[in-house]
Amino acid sequence: MIPGKFEYHVPADVGQAAALLRHYDGEAKILAGGQSLIPMMRFRLAQPEHLIDLSKVPGLSYIEERDGHLAIGALTTESELEHNATIRDRYPILKDATDVIADPLVRNLATVGGNIAHADPANDHPAVLLALRADVVATGVDGHRVIPIDEFFLDTFVTGLEPDEILTEIRIPTAKSGTGSAYLKLERKVGDYAIGAVAVSMVVRDGVIAEAGVAMTNVSPYPVRAVQTEAALVGRPATAATFAAAAETASQECEPSGDNRGPEEYKRAVIRTLAERAFSLAAERAN
Amino acid sequence: MAIESPKIMGYGTSPKRKEDPRFLHGKGTYVDDIKLPGMLHMDIVRSPYAHAKITNINIEPALETPGVLAVITGKDLDAAGLAWMPTLMSDTQMVLPVEKVVYQSQEVAAVIATDRYTAADGVMAVEVDYEPLPAVVDPFKALEKDSPLVRPDKGKDTNHIWHWEAGDKDATDKVFADADIVVEEDLYIPRIHVASIETCGCVASYDAVNGKLTIWMTTQAPHAIRTVFSLVSGIPEHKIRVISPDIGGGFGGKVPVYPGYVIAVVASLKTGRPVKWIEDRSENLQADSFARDYHITAQLAADKDGRIRGMKVKTLADHGAADAAANPSKFPAGLFSICTGSYDLEAAHVEVDAVYTTKPPGGVAYRCSFRVTEAVHTIERMVDRLAVELDRDPADLRYQNFIPKENFPYKSPTGWEYDSGDYKQALDVALERIGYEDLRKEQAEKRARGELMGIGISTFTEIVGAGPSNTFDILGIKMFDSAEIRIHPTGSAIVRIGVQTQGQGHETTFAQIVAEELGLPVDNITVEHGDTDTAPYGLGTYASRSTPTAGAATAVAARKIREKAKHIAAHLLECNPDDLEWKDYKFSVKGVPDRSKTMQEIAFAAYTNHPQGMEAGLEAVNYYDPPNLTFPFGAYVCVVDIDPGTGVVKIRRFVAIDDCGTVINPMIVEGQIHGGLTMGMAPSLFEEIPYDENGNNMAGTFMDYLLPTSLETPNWETGNTVTPSPHHPFGAKGVGESPTVGAPPAIVNAVVDALSHLGVKHVDIPMTPWKIHKLITDAQATTA
Ligand SMILES: Cc1cc2nc3c(=O)[nH]c(=O)nc-3n(C[C@H](O)[C@H](O)[C@H](O)COP(=O)(O)OP(=O)(O)OC[C@H]3O[C@@H](n4cnc5c(N)ncnc54)[C@H](O)[C@@H]3O)c2cc1C
Repeated sequence: MIPGKFEYHVPADVGQAAALLRHYDGEAKILAGGQSLIPMMRFRLAQPEHLIDLSKVPGLSYIEERDGHLAIGALTTESELEHNATIRDRYPILKDATDVIADPLVRNLATVGGNIAHADPANDHPAVLLALRADVVATGVDGHRVIPIDEFFLDTFVTGLEPDEILTEIRIPTAKSGTGSAYLKLERKVGDYAIGAVAVSMVVRDGVIAEAGVAMTNVSPYPVRAVQTEAALVGRPATAATFAAAAETASQECEPSGDNRGPEEYKRAVIRTLAERAFSLAAERAN
Repeated sequence: MAIESPKIMGYGTSPKRKEDPRFLHGKGTYVDDIKLPGMLHMDIVRSPYAHAKITNINIEPALETPGVLAVITGKDLDAAGLAWMPTLMSDTQMVLPVEKVVYQSQEVAAVIATDRYTAADGVMAVEVDYEPLPAVVDPFKALEKDSPLVRPDKGKDTNHIWHWEAGDKDATDKVFADADIVVEEDLYIPRIHVASIETCGCVASYDAVNGKLTIWMTTQAPHAIRTVFSLVSGIPEHKIRVISPDIGGGFGGKVPVYPGYVIAVVASLKTGRPVKWIEDRSENLQADSFARDYHITAQLAADKDGRIRGMKVKTLADHGAADAAANPSKFPAGLFSICTGSYDLEAAHVEVDAVYTTKPPGGVAYRCSFRVTEAVHTIERMVDRLAVELDRDPADLRYQNFIPKENFPYKSPTGWEYDSGDYKQALDVALERIGYEDLRKEQAEKRARGELMGIGISTFTEIVGAGPSNTFDILGIKMFDSAEIRIHPTGSAIVRIGVQTQGQGHETTFAQIVAEELGLPVDNITVEHGDTDTAPYGLGTYASRSTPTAGAATAVAARKIREKAKHIAAHLLECNPDDLEWKDYKFSVKGVPDRSKTMQEIAFAAYTNHPQGMEAGLEAVNYYDPPNLTFPFGAYVCVVDIDPGTGVVKIRRFVAIDDCGTVINPMIVEGQIHGGLTMGMAPSLFEEIPYDENGNNMAGTFMDYLLPTSLETPNWETGNTVTPSPHHPFGAKGVGESPTVGAPPAIVNAVVDALSHLGVKHVDIPMTPWKIHKLITDAQATTA
């Protein structure tokens, strides 16, 4: 498991990094935590000629609440998220997710930016950020632009980032009162990608679900919001019956395929179980 | 024992492991740490196909890669008569193929380069043309008349390799004919891999000036390897030195000879430079010998009152492309005929047929004492199966059928003589520890609420310590083992042994044997092994044989030294040797305890003041040929909870009571049990190497070969009883494999118990969430 030849660049700031991307025009790849890219290179599934390592670029690792959102720098590691008090207290869904991403060793290196930039339907953050209706900040030589998360994931391993853009920040709307969220994942063992997982964020007012965001992991070709399931929640009372019916919708809305993690029917059943449990956990947290 | 001299640290004490400081400080020397001047690196071109004709190999583009010095193919080896090698089971295996490949990831060519990266680039540059042939994946279909032949070189028109039987067929048929009830089950024990954390590899260094070949190699059996290399290559044995340095886990996977070792040796002979070959993880998982892969049909015959009378077992053994097991040669199915277990049966008959398929070769004993895992799984599952059929409590049925402790030595219906056992006591302790009665009550309450909880028992008998040399050999080399002890003048010692640690703690426990037998502090005793130029000849460490064989040799050698020491002590104390007694780790004059000599004083005298006419020095050698195997046993109880929504099985509690006779170091034994239980849980719940219909390995990396970590591992609750082996010099039995062998059926029995009210009678391992979920939903569908 030896990668092919590549040239290694260490830019000092985002501007330099974006300039290198533009210069090598499709031949270069950003290296963040390397926990997805390096395995692919070792298996020679990816053979970039140039690697642009962001690890020496300052100012891309932070977790701050400002201007009506929670801003997370792209290079923030999973373990930084995992141990952050704001996340733990106010964004439990993110804590749920980081706790079950890979294993502690990988979490020390893997970045949240890399997790979504990779656009792997098996990764856990895409579903979470879809459920939370996050925005993504892309930075290029010519400046920044904000991409709504719904427009970010275009296909398996394909995002809305231009080839010379770098993902620099993730913005999550500040939780309104009455918000409850949860992420439940089933994996074969710690460090495994999901057999299936369900992310939900809901606002409950007077016992009724006023808003809902739902997305699922590893049961579709690329990460997308589960709009039918959301519709099965919104406007209905936050009761076990609603959750069971919406969970049934989720199990039909997902598009799993059979593999080593189990056949299609099993994955649908897992989604039903996890969705029902995630919905009631989120509703509980909303109180 | 040892009360006033705590520093001796003999039997039953737990000094810290002598090897640990070196490992904890990162100062171990593994094969990949060996770096020699001028050393080259080898990487291997492997087949993407399970079965294909090789029509052309173009090595030119690789040779044009700067830094690539040589590319070795089957043709080169064929010219040197080395394209094939013998397996330890006297089969033959390709080193590099000339005509066709017979498993995916098979070695096809090797690139030798100045560094590891260049070697990998060279591998990418070799062009191989294949003409795919139909894969032979299903071992049952492999036996059909029109199946493609995996090994036409064998000159037979079938993929069948061998047939083997044990027990008395007629007597068994008779018992079955008049028994009240017969239960039958098909069990599949899937193909798994040892997945040692250190992969395999070697550094081969041929010194053309003195004609000596030195091989640093990840091997559990350096001496046997040296002999095989000498016989195959024609290099005289004294010109071959095999050094097995620190080994990062072996578990049976480092007993066989892999093609890579042979090619590296050829490459060193060819280039005149040292050549290093270290497998990567995928190569290790995809090409090295696998374990298990037994398709078993078992039957038990019993009377209505629960007395088990007979057993029949028919098995198809999928050996892949070569029978590369490392079993004793008279035992092609290993010690599988121990499958009557801890129960007193009238008759049993066991048959095994082996078959070639297009999968990697093997059948290695993965921490299973030569197929005892398969045997124990069979009997322990079948007893539970019978309990369900008779509506009996599985503990109760076991008590009824245990071989009573008065009946040892016990002659089993398949011909083994069990040395000692007290199965009832072990199960008593285990049930008491886990609180069996209360758990059954809890289960009934939970079941009424629709919750799934199960309790599983396994009361297994192991068979380890091969072996008596009249029956046990590997390629003709008898399975004795050896020890050499030399006491230095100041009372410290060096011990060299024929077995080879891979983490078992030999450097500590073998020092403790000498400490106990000679009264020398454990800290003053060095244990060495693994270098064929210095260690005495031995067959190596696997099948839990080190303590029963080399451990016995160490005690016997030490006792020889003690005998000589007695004469020196008599000389020093000016008395008759018969007036001396060995007590409290010293020789003292009977009745006059003040007049005594310690071994340290005696050792000094052995070099400075020994009696006239006696040889100076204090040393001894023993090659120990055990009179019988040893039969460790245990009682395991497992409690599981199952999530009906996901099918996930959670082990809530697991109590393991083991009996390995006299315990040398309780801490090390406990460590062995913890590791072994985890390795028993692994295939029960996680591990399997499945193949698709084209013979592609579906679990060729750690993303899909699910090695459990500490996070999946429950809190093991261990304990022991002590029933010494009557024939071992200090009563010890092997222990390293008991937990791997005993744990799986306890877990499966617990899961089946949790689902039995739904009509579930058996589940094959691994009991993955989706498999369990399907059983639950299918059962709900039939009752609905
Ligand atoms: C054993 C193991 C288990 C794992 N299990 C899980 C799991 O259960 N769940 C899960 O979600 N993930 C899992 N992962 C993946 C891990 O979380 C990855 O590290 C993560 O998906 C990618 O983050 P990274 O920082 O390592 O990115 P890298 O590997 O460095 O990059 C990944 C891709 O994203 C691009 N990229 C990275 N950062 C940027 C950026 N700022 N701008 C533009 N492009 C960028 C890279 O060019 C590359 O194409 C696992 C990884 C391993 C090794």
